[in-house]
Amino acid sequence: MDTSTESRTGSRPVGYRRDDLDVHPPYDSPAYRSTQYRHPTRPLILLPHSLSEITGPVFGHEAVQASDRDLTHQHHGEPIGERIVVSGRLLDGDGKPVRNSLVEIWQANAAGRYAHGVDQHPAPLDPNFSGTGRCLTDDEGRYEFITIKPGAYPWGNHTNAWRPAHIHFSVFGPAFATRLVTQMYFPGDPLFDHDPIFQSVRDPRDRQRLVSSFDLGLTQPEWALGYRFDIVVRGREATPLEEP
Amino acid sequence: MSARLLPTPSQTVGPFFEFGLLRPAQPNLVPPETPDSIRIEGTVFDGQGRPVPDAMLEIWQASPSGRYAHPGDFRSDLPIDQHFSGFGRNGTDAGGGYWFRTVKPGIVPWLDGRPQAPHLNVSVFARGLVHRLVTRMYFPDEAEANAADPVLASVQDPRARATLIAVAGDGVLRFDLHLQGEGETCFFQI
Ligand SMILES: [Fe+2]
Repeated sequence: MDTSTESRTGSRPVGYRRDDLDVHPPYDSPAYRSTQYRHPTRPLILLPHSLSEITGPVFGHEAVQASDRDLTHQHHGEPIGERIVVSGRLLDGDGKPVRNSLVEIWQANAAGRYAHGVDQHPAPLDPNFSGTGRCLTDDEGRYEFITIKPGAYPWGNHTNAWRPAHIHFSVFGPAFATRLVTQMYFPGDPLFDHDPIFQSVRDPRDRQRLVSSFDLGLTQPEWALGYRFDIVVRGREATPLEEP
Repeated sequence: MSARLLPTPSQTVGPFFEFGLLRPAQPNLVPPETPDSIRIEGTVFDGQGRPVPDAMLEIWQASPSGRYAHPGDFRSDLPIDQHFSGFGRNGTDAGGGYWFRTVKPGIVPWLDGRPQAPHLNVSVFARGLVHRLVTRMYFPDEAEANAADPVLASVQDPRARATLIAVAGDGVLRFDLHLQGEGETCFFQI
C-alpha cells in the first residue's frame, strides 16, 4: 500500500479529486435495460472526504498466491484458446503508481462461456479454465496476467445482443474513494457500436480508455500476444505543500 | 507535478462476478465467537420492490478504537488491531439477502475534528449498476452520536436520513437497501 506522506495538511485530511464523475456512465442508462429499476432516482448527497473515505482496505501478500496470476496453469491441462499476456499499470490521476494494490479479474473462456452456474450460453465449458485471477501491483504499479483471450457472448438485453470480448477488472486503489470495477476490451472489436454497456460511457474518448492496446513489447515470441491496459484511479486534491 | 491522467471509466460488475470476487466471500470481519460481535443482515431491493439476487456489498470500517487499518490514518496514538482489517465483502442470495459479522467501529473525526458517529462505509455493486453506489450504515443505539453526526446532518430529508440507520432486530442489526423508489436508500456522491 502506498504510504502517502501527504494524507493531511495539519489535521485535515486531503481528499480525492472528483474529476472522474463525468467519465463514469450515468446510473440511468436506458439502453442497458437492467439499469431501469436499479438506478437511484434521488440526487446523490455530496460526501466530503474524511478519514473514512481517504483510507481503504489494504491487502497483503497473503491475499494472493503466485499462481493466481496465470489463468492458464490453474488446472492439470492447458485451456483451449489464444494465450495472451495482459499487463499494465495502476496509476492515480497524477501518474503516480499505486503500489501493492489488489487487482482481480474474471472472464469468459475462449468460447464465450463463464465458469459460473448462472451462465446459460450453450457454448462449451473448458475443464482447464476457471477464468479468475488476482495479483498485487509492484513498486511501479504494474500487474500482469497470463490468460486466454475471452470470446464474445450473447445476452438477453435485446434481440441478437452480443457482448464484445472483455475481461472484468476490480481494483481498490489507495482509498475507499478510489474503488473501481471496470471492463477491459480488445482493440477494433466490431461489437463496440452495438454494446449498450460499452456505450454507457458517454464520451468516445473516455470509452477509448477501456480498450487495451496490442503491445509487441509484451508479446512473447512463440508463446503469447501481449495487450496493455493501464488503469487510472482518482488523484489527490492538491495540498498547499505541493504548490511551488 | 506530473501531468494529470484521465480516470478509467467504471463498468458494471455484470451478472457473473460471484466466481471472480466471492470465492471466498469475506462476511466475517471478526471470528464468529468474538465477544460483542454483531451480525448485520439485510435485503437489497430494486425499484419494483423485488429482491436483487445478484448484488455484492463491501464494507470498510474503523476498528473498535476508531482507527482505520490504513497508513492514511495518522492517529498513531490509537492502537492498531493486527487481526482486524476492517474490510468485508459478501454477495446477496436468491432472496436478495446478505450478512456480515463485525464489531462496532469507534469514533472517527470529521474534517474539522468533530466526532463522526460510528458507521460502516458501504459500496454496492450489482448487475444493472454501471458504477458502485456508496452509502453508510449507522447504529440504532447511538442516538446521541447520530444526532451530532455531520454526514447525517447533511441529509436534509428525514426519511432519507432514516435509511442510513440500521434497525435493531432479534440479536441482529437489519440494514435493508432500496436501490430505487419507495424508501430509496440515501446514496452519496463520494
Ligand atoms: Fe462479462
